Amino acid sequence: MNYFKTDLASLHADLVAKKISSKELTQATLDNIKATDPKVDAFLNLNEEAALKQAAEIDAQGISADQPLAGIPVALKDNIVTKGMKTTAASKMLENFTPVYDATVTEKLAQAQMITVGKTNMDEFAMGGSTENSAFKTTKNAWDQTKVPGGSSGGSATAVASGQVPAALGSDTGGSIRQPASFNGIVGIKPTYGRVSRWGLIAFGSSLDQIGPLTHGVKDNASVLSAISGHDDHDLTSSTQAVPDFAAELNEATSVKGMRIGLPKEFLAEGVSDDVKAAILAAADTYRKLGATVDEVSLPHNKYGVAAYYIIASSEASSNLQRFDGIRYGYRAQDVQNLEDVYVKSRSEGFGDEVKRRIMLGTFSLSAGFYDAYFLKAAKVRTVIMNDFKAVLKDHDFIMGPVAPTPAFGIGAEIKDPLTMYMNDVLTIPVNLAGLPGLSLPAGFSNNLPVGMQLIGRPFDESTLYKAGYAFEQNTDFHLQVPTLGGQN
Amino acid sequence: MANRINREQVQHVAGLAKLEFTDAQLDAFTPQLDDIIGLFETLSEVDTEGVEATSSVSDQLNVMREDVADNWGQSQALLKNAPDAARGFIKVPAIIDESEDN
Amino acid sequence: MNFETTIGLEVHVELKTHSKIFSPSPVEFGVDPNANTNVIDWGYPGVLPTTNKGVVADGIIAALALHAEVEQHTHFDRKNYFYPDNPKAYQITQADKPIAHDGWVEVDVDGVKKKIGISEMHIEEDAGKNTHERDYSYVDLNRQGTPLIEIVSKPDIASPAEAYAYLEALRQRIQFTGISDVKMEEGSMRVDVNISVRPVGQEKFGTKTELKNLNSFNYVQRGLEYEEKRQQQVLMSGGSVRQETRRFDEKTGETILMRVKEGSDDYRYFPEPDLPALNISDDWIKELGDAMPEMPTKRRERYVNDLGLTDYDAMVITQTKEMSDFFDATVALKADPKMAANYLQGDVNAYLNDNHVDLQATKLTPVNLAGMINLISDGTISSKMAKKVFKAITAGEEPKAYVEAHGLVQLSDPAKLQPIIDDVLQANPQSIEDFNNGKKRAVGFLVGQIMKQTHGQANPQVVNKLLMAALQH
Repeated sequence: MNYFKTDLASLHADLVAKKISSKELTQATLDNIKATDPKVDAFLNLNEEAALKQAAEIDAQGISADQPLAGIPVALKDNIVTKGMKTTAASKMLENFTPVYDATVTEKLAQAQMITVGKTNMDEFAMGGSTENSAFKTTKNAWDQTKVPGGSSGGSATAVASGQVPAALGSDTGGSIRQPASFNGIVGIKPTYGRVSRWGLIAFGSSLDQIGPLTHGVKDNASVLSAISGHDDHDLTSSTQAVPDFAAELNEATSVKGMRIGLPKEFLAEGVSDDVKAAILAAADTYRKLGATVDEVSLPHNKYGVAAYYIIASSEASSNLQRFDGIRYGYRAQDVQNLEDVYVKSRSEGFGDEVKRRIMLGTFSLSAGFYDAYFLKAAKVRTVIMNDFKAVLKDHDFIMGPVAPTPAFGIGAEIKDPLTMYMNDVLTIPVNLAGLPGLSLPAGFSNNLPVGMQLIGRPFDESTLYKAGYAFEQNTDFHLQVPTLGGQN
Repeated sequence: MANRINREQVQHVAGLAKLEFTDAQLDAFTPQLDDIIGLFETLSEVDTEGVEATSSVSDQLNVMREDVADNWGQSQALLKNAPDAARGFIKVPAIIDESEDN
Repeated sequence: MNFETTIGLEVHVELKTHSKIFSPSPVEFGVDPNANTNVIDWGYPGVLPTTNKGVVADGIIAALALHAEVEQHTHFDRKNYFYPDNPKAYQITQADKPIAHDGWVEVDVDGVKKKIGISEMHIEEDAGKNTHERDYSYVDLNRQGTPLIEIVSKPDIASPAEAYAYLEALRQRIQFTGISDVKMEEGSMRVDVNISVRPVGQEKFGTKTELKNLNSFNYVQRGLEYEEKRQQQVLMSGGSVRQETRRFDEKTGETILMRVKEGSDDYRYFPEPDLPALNISDDWIKELGDAMPEMPTKRRERYVNDLGLTDYDAMVITQTKEMSDFFDATVALKADPKMAANYLQGDVNAYLNDNHVDLQATKLTPVNLAGMINLISDGTISSKMAKKVFKAITAGEEPKAYVEAHGLVQLSDPAKLQPIIDDVLQANPQSIEDFNNGKKRAVGFLVGQIMKQTHGQANPQVVNKLLMAALQH
């Protein structure tokens, strides 16, 4: 069973009509993952026994029409904690760590009766853009297994793109949902900061992190986002804004007619490949044809986003990751003589190089004598970048542009050059800094590799992004193309 | 190399972060960090005179929990996850410097 | 050479909330290790803190009690350091915009009144506790997350005696708000001390030393006195004071070097991104202020001016809010204020000390104390009988009922006493003769006989009067 030619609504209809049971669907999903994962390495752990048990229970209860996600498999990025199910954040530090509580999104999916079939690979602690920083395995791009899947939610993106699951959750601190979605030709959203509770998301950059879904289509994405959104008493930064039924707003009548779209000139600047530029300009034409206006606009401080982001995210991460000290849980170095050794050896052995690099950058940016020039300056530049977005979004319904400057690059091609790797995030990072929603969806191909488009909206206006994405999807066929996975399907 | 950060500073920062690096790691890390800090320094081009710092983009303000006690009953499970525990305590090699203790 | 001394005090006060400052775990001591902990207290991956509204309210109340200005746009910061009792390896505290600033308390040292400034007050979480054995240390996180207020003095304190008076004033005012027990012996009040001396006229402050292990106000004063002298001697002998941490030895009264401080610690403070900022409204401040109990200074004024107590009595009665409230309630029941004050300072305090209990933990009530005092005032019982009655009311008995049940009512009626006196005189002719021969001691014997006959119930004043009249007849 793969999920190339179906969607959540069809699966739901089949389950309600008892054409297939949830247990059969779950078993088929697990079988397919086991057959295909050796090629793509999307999963770190499968939740086989519990998933089948849960599916059987749901079958026994019966699935009603008002439970649109019930009985359908889903995968979670392995930085989302799952009670009793190993959660590693792809780090040696948590290699044998089993959480004693569930993340709010885990609970919400369970309430929606989705079935968590497994945990997906990622860059260690979500730091990276290629999933090569996993301590355990390197996930491959669904379209070309010599290419990276993007990151840090590379496992979730590949799992969806290769038809293993119909939906997966990822997390996005600087582009970690949108960029792998783009590299894999699927849909991913980074919701508005505060839309989804962060309780149970292993923190990277606390003021930037958001959980969001990755799916084949826009409507599926909207369904899952509604299910995981909303205020949570455990996360005081989570918003009390009402959560629309995003998917219900999408139908044949959905249109961008009369909308004003901003296309920042900085998004098509130097470094963005010709194919990516061409895809975005073509998409702009599509929107014009559909009755929208596309204006060239400017986000003059966009280029400072990368620097501001790597200071802020690394500073927060340096503090967030101090709890991994070998004392209370996780990895403790064995050959320790004293307490200092517990700290230094556990951390030095438990963390990989990229994580150490970020911890070093963050610790440095916060340290005495450097705070004002680095952390505080970055926090002010963040305000400037937010103001740029505010100005454009005042008279534009949303902003469009590329997700990444290039399609997926080769495994091993950039991992040795952190600065180049960081610069790849230039188009996604500013959205996190500003806390805005960003939707990534398929918009073309370059040498048989998918090219994604990013739509950026006003705070808590995911609805507009989904409508615009849906309208685009209805009028293009990029999303209908699927990878061959070595001739599998 | 512009030398925005040298080996000694890298080692000092590593000390703060409770990390240790071999000489070979320091040789690799120092120029990488130096490059990235060079990128950081481009922020000085941005005029932030009179600009407030943003430390959160949450739309929430003044959210607090009522003062009601609730024991979640997790202590046994938590102790089971500890690398070393005894008699209900988390066990660590002896703390020698008590200067932080209050 | 003459010196002047500058003392700085950082006082941590533990708040009596139901739940912890950033987690709902109970604030409660004396339970099994780690029993009151959850994933938040352990700093588990993925957890987030939630701000306890009660702690913020207590912070505002403390600010008002210490005449400080509430910072209405306040937030939390992270202070980063590794330690086994600090599970996140950062403490959530306030550095940049603490909840209050610029307060003061008034102290009275040897009759001289002085205002001592408070530079800032902030709310923060306490750490867990480590216990040390030979090769291992053991971590208990029950205390982790207990709410604290830290109160930082301005460099106004110029002597160890002022430091003592400042601590006493702080303790009293906080105690009266009810937000903390403020007991040093139980750790609900902790004091960090620094001191420097400089030659009079020198503008720059001298080098500070920090003192540790000061577990009572007394030790604070004694430690500072020793350290003040030590620093003066170092300077007079041409040396210089080092920036160091010293430990007070309770046995010798000396301070001993613990470690020399090199530079300052690098805590890498930054705003806590997991907690939204707080905007404290005028309305909330007013609401909390209106509900605040009367402060000890106000009460003392009232006791002296309206109730006629001495300054000393007023001071003793206002040591704790419980005592002062008890006194007010007793007086409100028409008990004589002077007698009420005397009983509270005397018998009641002795009872509390003997039994090691707090007033609120006893069966004593203002109703019963006032009842007993009123029985004394109207002559129903003697102060001697009152000793028995006091014992009864500590056991929760109602004084009037007790007096009646035990026939303790004082015999003051001359018509009833006269026949008894006559009988005693008749039975003791030798005593009358002794009296007539100038032996005044005989009176005492006769009174004793009369008291014996009346089982101690005779009113001694009335007996004396009647007896003297009979003898001189």
